[in-house]
Parts: sequence; structure tokens; C-alpha cells
Amino acid sequence: MKILVAVKRVIDYNVQIRVKSDNSGVEKDNVKMSMNPPDENAVEEAIKLKDSGEVTEVVIVSIGQEKCQDTIRTALAMGADRGILVKAGDDIEPLAVAKTLKNIVEKEKPNMVLLGKQAIDDDCNQTGQMLSAILNWPQGCFVSELGINDSSITISREIDEGLEQLEIQLPAVVTCDLRLNEPRFASLPNIMKAKKKPIEIIEIESLGVDTIPKVKYLKVEEPPVRQGGVMVADVKELIQKLKYEAKVI
Amino acid sequence: MSVLVVAEHNNVSLKPSTLNTIQAASQIDKDIHLLVCGFQNDEVVNQASTLEGVNKILQLNDEIIQHQLAEHVSQVIINLSKNYSHILAPSSTFGKNFMPRAAAILDHSQISDISGVISPDTFIRPIYAGNAIATVQSLDPVKFITVRTTSFEPVEIVGGSASIEKISLNLEGIATKFLDRKEAKSERPELGSARVVISGGRGLENGDNFKLLNEIADKLNAAIGASRAAVDAGYIGNECQVGQTGKMVAPELYIAVGISGAIQHLAGMKESKIIVAINKDEEAPIFGIADYGLKADLFQALPEISKELDLLNDIAK
Repeated sequence: MKILVAVKRVIDYNVQIRVKSDNSGVEKDNVKMSMNPPDENAVEEAIKLKDSGEVTEVVIVSIGQEKCQDTIRTALAMGADRGILVKAGDDIEPLAVAKTLKNIVEKEKPNMVLLGKQAIDDDCNQTGQMLSAILNWPQGCFVSELGINDSSITISREIDEGLEQLEIQLPAVVTCDLRLNEPRFASLPNIMKAKKKPIEIIEIESLGVDTIPKVKYLKVEEPPVRQGGVMVADVKELIQKLKYEAKVI
Repeated sequence: MSVLVVAEHNNVSLKPSTLNTIQAASQIDKDIHLLVCGFQNDEVVNQASTLEGVNKILQLNDEIIQHQLAEHVSQVIINLSKNYSHILAPSSTFGKNFMPRAAAILDHSQISDISGVISPDTFIRPIYAGNAIATVQSLDPVKFITVRTTSFEPVEIVGGSASIEKISLNLEGIATKFLDRKEAKSERPELGSARVVISGGRGLENGDNFKLLNEIADKLNAAIGASRAAVDAGYIGNECQVGQTGKMVAPELYIAVGISGAIQHLAGMKESKIIVAINKDEEAPIFGIADYGLKADLFQALPEISKELDLLNDIAK
């Protein structure tokens, strides 16, 4: 069995982002970038399945600028076999990403595609669902447990009310929740080894994917700042304030 | 053209998220239709028929779509889409599951998680966990939208009189089999729509200590929430997680207990009207956005709060 994992390079989750003064977007120059956190869970799950012998090859794909190679290398250092970088502009939207991935899926013919459930930059939560739609494959979204059977998978997906369990025929698209697993740290020898693993580079133009945005970002602004309030001395004062000042209890 | 809202329900009752989504729809167009698809869902249709602002209900009652799996719901939406300029669903795990699928099949983009309507094609949505606010314009002929429910007041559940149209469709079989749904049972108000939320973090140290929150929640008729750290540590179920990758809440009163206030948690609760933070670390970032901060050991503070509440003559619920 072969798994394709899609990873996105985003501003590191610990960085306090800054909105550009001309309101055209968010400052990305000289900012620490990392792999989108739920994508790390997707990589980890694929490698776990390889470690257990159920999967023979794990291929990583990322779409974006040259620098996305760093993100692919991170996944290779975790244990993936090889990478594909589709070189594209910075801001291609989820539908175009899904179409690009469809191209790669048709070329690589994986049994399963794993992605993070959501990217922490645009917070769209769309790409996996869109990819499974245009492949006409079934989808398993927000997955926190994944089991492989012969020609199907059994998943638990996190829903607002609790958990839902589904059995899904392969091939399928799975989007991963942060609770699916604990991503490993790459060891130094594995980081060295990853440098020798192949990364194929493809220009997005060569795939014939329409990347013209259908959603225009008119402006990006700072959110209204919430003013911090007061510190209270003790519980008595807190309850009095809530009762007679804020009038919420 | 009209706006189609996809109702969130469990075949028995309508979820409150539907009411907020209808409110968002009403800011786009006044002709609102509500799609109720499921099985043996008459009671849901009944509840929906008096909702303020809904002109028509489309009822699909078919065993094949009992569990409202994304592959089926998206088929239904695609079949109806030519009649509508906008299709809206709540940005809950329900709406997020099928809406991008429906949009992509029709080669449309989706506008995720809108928090405001500027015009029928221009919307406001938070990005970067709410640390930036984007104004976006959709160039697609049909707008596929999911709605951040905490940003829109619920519509009234009475006053409307919708007509009911039963629809039937030949839905294709799918490669997914429903096995089970494990819903956390709770007598408390729903986290997403509760007037008061009391949340615990890693500071509670273990799952047993969440009981300390229960006592106060009972007195305030509050829902119980949690930080991702507390859920990951296994203190409490995932359905309680508040934050960027969990639930968005905006109650009248949010009490954060033993939660330091990571960006990802703040993203899920900073729209709350009044925020109280209780933490023993006075440097905790949560104090930066709290209306009332209390530096205290929560194991002393929580029983005291419970006692002080008992001393009040009455408590607003």
C-alpha cells in the first residue's frame, strides 16, 4: 500500500503574526515557518503505518515556493521515502490546491491520501474534502483514530457531539486531527539521511491547473484589541464584581 | 435568487447553530429556504416551520441519508444548487464536512467561517486563529458559505410560517458505511450556545478535578469547556475543546480556570462578553484579555466561589 501525504508550509504556530501596514496581508518576511501542525499528524500516521508493515511507501507533496522543500525535508527526516514539490505562487486557494493534488494522485496512484484537517494560516478547512470530491473518492474528515483493513479503513472522526465511526472503502482521502497521534522528532542521523532522499520538482504550469483565485482578499486588518481588565483581590470581590458591575450572574 | 440554509439536526431536534446561520442568511437575502435532509425527520421540520425568516422548508426524508454523511448531503446540495445564489451551513463539524465537497464538485470555492456580511458577495472572516480579519469577495456564481455561529444572533424560533415542500432524490450509493456515533451525554446547556461557560485547563491536573467545575456549572447553569492541553491529556472528552481547532464560543460569561491562554485557545473564546481568568501564574497570557483576573490556587478558589454563590440571594441563569 502507498500513501501520499500533503503538507503545507505556514507561519510557525508560536509566532504572534503581524498584519502588514498596507492591509494587503500578513507579514511573512523573516518570520519562522514550519509544517502546518495537523499535517505533522498526517505524516506521523503514514510513517507509523509504514513501521507496522501495512504501508510500503510514503510520498510527501507540498505546493508553493522553493522554500517548501524545507517542509518536505522535515517529513523525510521523520521517515517518509521521497518528496514532490509543486512550485507555485504563495496564495493559491484550496480548490486549486485540490486540483493540483488530484494531478499528483493520478500520477502516483496512492491507496490513501492523508492531509491535516485545517491549515492554521487561512483556517479554511476545505482542501481534503475538495480533493476527495474531485477524485470522487470517499472522505474521512477530522480523524483521531485510523485502522487499516484489507480494502477499507475504519476511522473515528471528531465531531462536535463526540465521535463518529465509519468504515470507508479505499482509495480514500483522510484529514487528520491533532489527536490522531504524537508526531515524532527526527533524530540527527535521520535528518542527515533525509538530505539524500529525492525531491522531484514540478512547475504548477506544467499540470494545467487553473489557479486564478475565485475568492479575492480585499483587505486584511488587525482584529479589535480586547482591553485587559482588572485583577481582583479575592473570590469575594470577583463574585461581587460579576454580580453588581458586569451583572452576568 | 434565494438563499438555501442547510439545517443541522439529529433527525429529532434542530441544533441552535441553524438559528445563527439563518440570521447570517437574512443579511444576504430575504427569501430563505431551509433544507432538512435525514430520515424520520418530521419533528425537525415541525420545529423549523415557525422559525423567523424562513419562507420554505425542503424536506428530504429518506433512509439512505439517515446519518447525513458528506457524500450524500453534497449530492443533495448539488441537485438543488441551480435555484440558489447562496448556500449556507454552520461552520460546525457538520457544515465543514460536506460544504467544501459540494462546492468543489461544482468547481466553486468556499468562503469558510464568515463572521460578517458586507454585501451579497463580500464577507468578513477571521484568519490566523482570529489574529487577523480578512474581507473577501467571492467571484463564483453560487456562494458556498460556512458561518461562524457565534458572530450572529439566533433568529426567533417563533413568528415564521414556512411552507413545506417534500423532495425526493435518487441518491447514489457511496463507499462509506456508518458504524456508530458516540455522543457525550450531558444535562448541561450546549457548549456552543450556553450563556455561561466554565473551562478547565492543564492546571486542573487530572480528569477527576473537573468535578470541581461541575459544582459551579450547576449553580450558573453553565456548559463545561476545556483547553486543548486538558483534552490531549485525557482529562475530558474532545467535544469540550474550545479553540482554533475545537469549538468557537462567545457566551455572556466565560470563566477560564487553570488555562494559561495559548493563542489557539484565545481564538475560540475571546469574543465572550465577560472573561474571568483564574490562574496561579500572574504572567499567564489569559490575564491580558480577561475582564477580571484572579491570581489564586484554583483548588482553593473553586470551593470558595461555590460558597460565595450560595450566599447570593439570586443568580441570573
